[in-house]
Amino acid sequence: MAKEKSYQEINEKIKKGEAVVLTAEEVAQLAKTCTPEEIVEKVDVVTTATFGAMCSSGVFINFGHADPPIRMEKIRLNGVPAYGGLAAVDTYLGATSVNSNNPEYGGAHVMQELIEGKDIILEAWGKGTDCYPRKHIRTVINKNTINEMILFNPRNAYQNYNVAVNTTSKIKYTYMGTLLPNMRNATYSTAGELSPLINDPEFKTIGVGTRIFIGGTTGYVAWPGTQFHTTKPKDENGVPITNAATLAVIGNMKEMSSAFLQAAYYEKYGVSLFVGIGIPIPVLNVEIAKRVSINNSQITTTVLDYGSPGQPKLGYVTYEQLRSGEIEVNGQKVRTAPVASLAKARTIAALLKEMIEKGDFLLQEPIQMFPTGTSLKGLAEIEITE
Amino acid sequence: MNIVKRRIILRFPPQSGDKPLSYVLVKDYDIRINILKAEVMPGKRGSLLLEMEARQSNLDKGIAYLEAHNVECQPLDKRIQFNSDKCISCGNCTAVCFAGALTMNQVTWKMEFNKELCVACELCVKACPLRLFDIDFRDGN
Repeated sequence: MAKEKSYQEINEKIKKGEAVVLTAEEVAQLAKTCTPEEIVEKVDVVTTATFGAMCSSGVFINFGHADPPIRMEKIRLNGVPAYGGLAAVDTYLGATSVNSNNPEYGGAHVMQELIEGKDIILEAWGKGTDCYPRKHIRTVINKNTINEMILFNPRNAYQNYNVAVNTTSKIKYTYMGTLLPNMRNATYSTAGELSPLINDPEFKTIGVGTRIFIGGTTGYVAWPGTQFHTTKPKDENGVPITNAATLAVIGNMKEMSSAFLQAAYYEKYGVSLFVGIGIPIPVLNVEIAKRVSINNSQITTTVLDYGSPGQPKLGYVTYEQLRSGEIEVNGQKVRTAPVASLAKARTIAALLKEMIEKGDFLLQEPIQMFPTGTSLKGLAEIEITE
Repeated sequence: MNIVKRRIILRFPPQSGDKPLSYVLVKDYDIRINILKAEVMPGKRGSLLLEMEARQSNLDKGIAYLEAHNVECQPLDKRIQFNSDKCISCGNCTAVCFAGALTMNQVTWKMEFNKELCVACELCVKACPLRLFDIDFRDGN
């Protein structure tokens, strides 16, 4: 009878400081000499991590009420528009929103400066009502003056992602970095064998309520992420070979650090936010042990031509090939470069491992599992007759 | 005596195009030159990135000759600013650096910058999402 462990058993070991925790890279190494059955015996928790640009990120803020109060209907933070349709002094600031006078500065930069304790100029307008008579306010806020700042990212931590190349004769500026003409480079963004959703491809342990490391503090998986796609083509290991599932995540931004939440600007694309996420996977049984044992040579992804309309598919490569510095696409040797930080992802996986070893981070069993059989809809253009 | 190799940015004043300065470097000072980048704004100024290879004494004399003709000479690495403290090693700059100056360490996956290989193409300036590079090829101080 193969060994089965429960969350409770593993948490008891964590509390006693007896849990054996490895990073996903360490367990991939161990799997070269150990069977999954042995790994269940030896290892309790595997830490996974990623640190990449995740555009679908943002923060809920409550500013507190001024005297006299205002119902903020148009809001600017350092000139960056925040949502003005959310009660009197609540807002949502998206990472990719930009200051129209300086499009290289956006919501992600405001978020980073808030985390760093810097002052931000808040300007807001309202029409004036009987209960909220003020029509305009211009003041200074920082993380200590506001009531809450809650990071809520609707789509993070993509399960696998494509490789980008450019077959055209012109340079292309994309969120996958600067793509040189005639396939002079290829970029990739997943942490491979360290990446969270690649180590639990069927979401046996990651679900709504999973406790995670986010931006330097403890947070939670709030929901399956937007564009949650579970029916994309998979390889023989059951791992999707292109971008598939995602996570919606939440955490207290007041506790976060700009070491793990970093604003970015991509030339001729726009503003984005690098987000650091770490997810622990409990090694509950042999099936999960098999999953976390996966290594870069067993993870495949799809090469897409970002220069051409429809991004045609050009082939498949493994993360081992991508990490070697060179891949072959249509018979041509192409230099590779990452656009997400593996060094930072490793730091997060190691930090999370340390937190669990010390008993500072307990595992939370999902309170609801993710849906299966999901796919994506496109956006149809339907003629509107008045 | 040791042969040395240096990458130097030369800034030419206006109306300096009539003198065959690089010819003199080769002929009189026995300097092997390799033009890596050149930009000429007629009537205004010009900038040239030269790799110069010669005996140290000849290189010193060649540079003194250029400076005597009002050409500013500054080592390339003095004109490159890189804020390494803020680098997150995302790798975006390495994607565009065909000179091989910006590379990912294959063990640590930290970005490494070997300024000696830089050809001042400036692609990294725009490719870095944190805007950590500044290469001053044209303006000088």
